[in-house]
Amino acid sequence: MDYYLNLINTIGIHTLLGLSAYLLILTGQVSMAQAGFFGVGAYTAAILTVIFQWSILSAIGAAMLVAGGLAFLVGFPALRVRGLMLVVATIAFSEFARMFFYNLRWQVVRDGTEIGPNGTMGFAEIRYFNNNGWLNWEVTIFLWTFVVVVMAIIWWSDRTRVGAVLRAVGEDELAADSTGINVTVVKVAAMTAGGVVAGLAGSLYAHQVTDLDHHTFTVLLATFAIAYPILGGLTNVFGTLVAVVFIQGLLVEGLRFLGDWRMLLFGALIIVAMNFKPMGLFDNQTIRILQNALGIKRRGGST
Amino acid sequence: MLEVKTLSKHFGGVRAVDGLDLRVERGEIFGLIGPNGSGKSTLVNIICGVLQPTSGDILFEGRSLDGRAPSARLRTGIARTFQNIRLFGGLTVWQNLWVAGNSTEDIKSQSIVSRWIGTSTRLKKEIEVMLEFSDLADKADVLASNLAFGEQRRLELARAIAAKPRLLLLDEPAAGMNQAEVGELEKRLRSLRKQGMTIILVEHVMQLVMGVTDRIAVLNFGSKIAEGTPENIQQDKAVQTAYLGQSDES
Repeated sequence: MDYYLNLINTIGIHTLLGLSAYLLILTGQVSMAQAGFFGVGAYTAAILTVIFQWSILSAIGAAMLVAGGLAFLVGFPALRVRGLMLVVATIAFSEFARMFFYNLRWQVVRDGTEIGPNGTMGFAEIRYFNNNGWLNWEVTIFLWTFVVVVMAIIWWSDRTRVGAVLRAVGEDELAADSTGINVTVVKVAAMTAGGVVAGLAGSLYAHQVTDLDHHTFTVLLATFAIAYPILGGLTNVFGTLVAVVFIQGLLVEGLRFLGDWRMLLFGALIIVAMNFKPMGLFDNQTIRILQNALGIKRRGGST
Repeated sequence: MLEVKTLSKHFGGVRAVDGLDLRVERGEIFGLIGPNGSGKSTLVNIICGVLQPTSGDILFEGRSLDGRAPSARLRTGIARTFQNIRLFGGLTVWQNLWVAGNSTEDIKSQSIVSRWIGTSTRLKKEIEVMLEFSDLADKADVLASNLAFGEQRRLELARAIAAKPRLLLLDEPAAGMNQAEVGELEKRLRSLRKQGMTIILVEHVMQLVMGVTDRIAVLNFGSKIAEGTPENIQQDKAVQTAYLGQSDES
C-alpha cells in the first residue's frame, strides 16, 4: 500500500514539475532551470519547517515566493538568449543552485541532536508529517490537492485569452510584438509562474521524502521536467499528467525488473512516441478518440 | 499624420534608407513603390519599431516615436502586416483575432482582468465584425496554419485592423494574389479609408497601387526620386528610368 501511495505522490510531484516547464514551453522558452527552482523550493520549505518550525502551509507558501522571486530575476537575463543558448544559461542556474545546497551547512541543535542542511551529507530528518501524526494517505491527499488546484488554474487560463497570448508569443515573437503584446512582460511572467509551480513541487517533495540530497536536482531532473510536456503534448495540461504516468508509472516503476536496461528502453520509447505522435501523446487526435469513446460532443466556438 | 524626417538606416556600408523625408496626411492611402532593394520594407520596419534608424526621426501625430517598441507603437495606433505572412499558426482564426483585439480605446477602459481573460462581450462582438469584414466567419475555428494562402492574407489584414489602428502599414499585401483577390483587397482598402484609417501601401502590383492610392512616393536606393498622384508618377521620367533602365538613344 505504501509503495503505491509513494508512487502516486511521485506522479503528483512530477506533474507539478512538468507543468512548471509547460508554462514556459508555451511561450517558446525551453528552460532547464526548473530543477534549480525545484531545489530552492525543497530546501526553503524544509529549512522553514525544520529549523524555524513553521507550519507546513506557510512554509510551502514561502518556498513558492522564494522560487518565484528567483525565477523573476532569472527571467530578465533569459530574455536576451533563446533556443540552445537559453538551455545552456538555465543549466548554469540549476547547477549553481545545486552547488549552493551541496555546500550549505546550517545546523542547529534541538533536543540534543543536530538538525538542518549538512552540506555534502544532505539534509535529513525533514519529519514534519511524521511529527504531526499525518498518515500516509493524508499526505497523498494533501499533495494531490495542490496538483489538482494547479492543474485547474492552468487549464482554465489556457482557455482564456491568457493561453492564446502565451502561445502567440511561443509561435512568433515579432508578430506578437507587432500585435500589441508586450513580449517582455509575457515571458518574464511565464518564467515567474513556472518558478512558483516548481517551488511548490520542491517543497512538497522535501516533506514527502524527508531526506534531501543535492544529487536529486541535477540536469537529469531538469530534462524530465521538459520531457513531460513535450512528450505529453501542449494541447492541454492533461498531456503532462499522461506523460508523467507513462514515464514514472510505466517506465521507471513498472519495468523495474529490467534494471539498467530501462534507461535504454526509455530513450527508445521516447523516439518511437515522438515519431508516431509528434504533437505529443495527448494531442487533438487522442482527445477526439476519447471524446467519441465517451460520447462527448465536440464543443463549438473558440472559448 | 506621419512625418519621416531625414531618416537614414545603414547596414554596414549599405544605405538602405538614405536621408528620406516623407509626409503622410490623415485619411489618405499612400503608396510606396520602388524596385527591389530600394528600402521600402526597411522603412516599414523602422516606422513599426522593429528596426532602429541610424539617424533621423519619425513623428506620429506630432510626437516622436523614438525608442518605442513595436507593441507600444501599436498601442499608439500603428499596425502592420508582414511581407511574408506571420500568423500564429497553432491558434485558430478566432484566437488570432482574440490576441490582437485588445488595444482599442473602448477595451482599454475595462478592468485589467477582463482584458486579459478576454471575455468581454464587446471584444467578442468586434471579433465577429472582423471575421465578417474579412470573409472568414465560417473559418473561425480553423487553425491559421490550415488556411489557404488567400485566407491567410485576409486574416493577417484582419488581425492588423483588429486593434483599430489610425495608421495601417501594409507590406506587399497583394503578393501572390490572383486578379479576383486583388480586386477584393482593393475594395477592403477603400472601405477602411472610408472609416477614416490612414494607410501606407507598399506594393509591386501596379494595378492595385495605381487604382487605390491617393499619392505615391517612389524610392530608389533608399531615397525618394518622385512623389505625386498616380497619374503624375506614371509619366515621371526618373521613375521610368529607375524601373526600366536608361535608354541609350535619349
